Amino acid sequence: MIEILAHNMAPIIFASLVIFLLIGYPVSFSLAANGLLFFVAGVWLAPYSNGEITLDWSLLGTMPQRLWGILSNETLLAIPFFTFMGIILERSGMAEDLLDTIGQLFGPIRGGLAFAVILVGALLAATTGVVAASVIAMGLISLPIMLRYGYDRRTATGVIAASGTLAQIIPPSLVLIVLADQLGVSVGDMYKGALYPGLVLTGMYLGYICMVAIFQPHRVPALPLEARTLGGGVTSLLVALGAGVAISYAAHKWSYESWGVNADVIGATIGTLALYLYALADRHLGLNLLSRLAQQVIMVLIPPLALIFLVLGTIFIGLATPTEGGAMGAVGAMIMAAAKGRFRLPVLQSALIATTRLSAFVMFVLIGARMFSLTFYGVNGHIWVEELLTAVPGGQYGFLLVVNLIIFILGFFIDFFEIAFVLVPLIAPAAETMGIDLIWLGVIIGVNLQTSFLTPPFGFALFYLRSVAAKVPYLDKVTGKKMDGIKTSDIYKGAIPFILIQTAMIFVVVLLPGLVMHYKVKVVDASTVTIEIPALQPLAPIGGAPTLGDPTLGEPVVNP
Amino acid sequence: MQALLGISRGIDSVNTWVGKASIWFILASVLVSAGNALIRKLAPTMASNAWLELQWYLFGAAFMGAAAYTLLQNEHIRIDIFYGTRTRKTQHWIDLAGHVFFLLPFTLLMTWLLWPYAMQSYQSGQISTNAGGLLIWPARALLLAGFVMLAFQALSEIIKKVAIMRDLIEDPHPFQSAQDMALKEVEELATEVAANLGAKP
Repeated sequence: MIEILAHNMAPIIFASLVIFLLIGYPVSFSLAANGLLFFVAGVWLAPYSNGEITLDWSLLGTMPQRLWGILSNETLLAIPFFTFMGIILERSGMAEDLLDTIGQLFGPIRGGLAFAVILVGALLAATTGVVAASVIAMGLISLPIMLRYGYDRRTATGVIAASGTLAQIIPPSLVLIVLADQLGVSVGDMYKGALYPGLVLTGMYLGYICMVAIFQPHRVPALPLEARTLGGGVTSLLVALGAGVAISYAAHKWSYESWGVNADVIGATIGTLALYLYALADRHLGLNLLSRLAQQVIMVLIPPLALIFLVLGTIFIGLATPTEGGAMGAVGAMIMAAAKGRFRLPVLQSALIATTRLSAFVMFVLIGARMFSLTFYGVNGHIWVEELLTAVPGGQYGFLLVVNLIIFILGFFIDFFEIAFVLVPLIAPAAETMGIDLIWLGVIIGVNLQTSFLTPPFGFALFYLRSVAAKVPYLDKVTGKKMDGIKTSDIYKGAIPFILIQTAMIFVVVLLPGLVMHYKVKVVDASTVTIEIPALQPLAPIGGAPTLGDPTLGEPVVNP
Repeated sequence: MQALLGISRGIDSVNTWVGKASIWFILASVLVSAGNALIRKLAPTMASNAWLELQWYLFGAAFMGAAAYTLLQNEHIRIDIFYGTRTRKTQHWIDLAGHVFFLLPFTLLMTWLLWPYAMQSYQSGQISTNAGGLLIWPARALLLAGFVMLAFQALSEIIKKVAIMRDLIEDPHPFQSAQDMALKEVEELATEVAANLGAKP
């Protein structure tokens, strides 16, 4: 009897973990308690296990070192930084301004409002990364307008919920940070890997609306021109954009000599800045060379774009680590909110409180998971999981299918933090054995977890939308017409096409790994290298100078 | 029981104060990290490992300091598909058992392990192996302090739970499902959005 127990510790621990977690006591401490209980049991059973159990009391003494590892993990700092940045931005009213302005710009074309929602969703995703914020803003601002002008309810709610979830997959999403950390890969690479899938997904959403607009135009009607309170003036906007591009190009030409490849960035920055300053001048000096629409679009669009550059741009070109990118983004967000007069002490305080609370519970789930893994690895549980997963027929595809199904189903019930901290570290070694690239795996899991936000009945994006959409009939403020409330079944059914798109996207990423794998090719150019040499030296371990690879600077260098 | 409740109130007020003060460490950490990135580019000679380490010391202070307060506020995340469908009385029993058998042993064990771990680096004046790094003991002391506070908070929660079950005090945190909490968040955000819309010229 005892031998049977001793030989089957791993499955027993795993099964009882499920029970421990389902009881409903906080996850972090249930994980830790489960680990601790079976640590004691394991030490007692070790002599009966033929060396399968490698637990002994001295191993418990490694816990402080494990806690130290969590504390000194710089990557995890990105969690509070991006959370804080997102909350500050959501309080700054950026989403409202964007939705209003971009909605007016695209409104008069068929499906225009839906396009605007998707584009703003992607833009918000690249800055705030908070699903709730995007969905709520869209549900309150865009949904009533869509309904007013006769959008099909399901299409309207579906597009809003789906666009909100883009925050989960487009960098700098928290999901990607946590997955990267748990898979043991660089967050920067994870961001690079997720970028194209995120954009392709946005493109697929747009494509779907485009098809609807062509084949079932009554579901996504164009808005009458009167709905555009900012007035016309698209020509003026196009002229302004043309001028911006021209300035960028000129700046690029001029700076190319001294700055090399970075001239792209400098050109774009100068062009954008010129456009922004001109729009500001136009408004405040009353020059009125730009139409009001053009003015508003430029002024609303450029600050978030600048912030995206500040965060993602600096990470991608290697100027900043993701952690630093998050910190600079947070500072940038505070400046943006201050510029709008919305950065007050209560706002700062509530953002800090929410960030601290999230940090405390996330970090303790991680601490609990470390206690659990100490025991689970001590009974060779990771080998058990690896054998189970690698025994799945169908090679890499079979493995990915099973892993995705498990995560998809778990995603209904538990938070992604628990999936990431408990399950992902167990999956990773098996994936490596199968020769699966971990970034690729991470992005696939990311898209999968994103889908769980959209899936009835527990999907949080649907839930957020439900809570801000009108439940009972209401009087429309503009037309004075009585409008029907939104049924929950409308929201659920509206999500279905987008869930199908998501599923298709998982297959696309699985079948076209190239979408992700481009992260492996890093371009190192002369200017960044010369900047980084002095920066690296103080960090170098004694006696080992940093190797910078190929000394011929300016050549693309492929880092293995 | 009244004496115990007094102890519980004392623990709660200390941990609340520390938890609320901890939020500023997040802000400090953000500023230090952003400063590090800028200085590394603008004045690389001034960059130092001490500042790099300071950013995670500060974050550590924030989450270790707030852990006990988060427990007090009942904000540590749960999976509530079973828990949420039980009566409040069953939930009390689950919480009480969890505090006694899950939380308390773990925090006591960690305290017992972290004490020598922190003391040792304090007595030897151990310094980070990175050139120009910080003293190590303050960060280890943070871990220790966090778990000590958490152990005390566990004690306080047990006292309060027993008192609640005997109807001596009111339930400070009636059960909220994940949905309820999200709903609260939605309401806050929605008023914010409405205010922002109203503020527009």
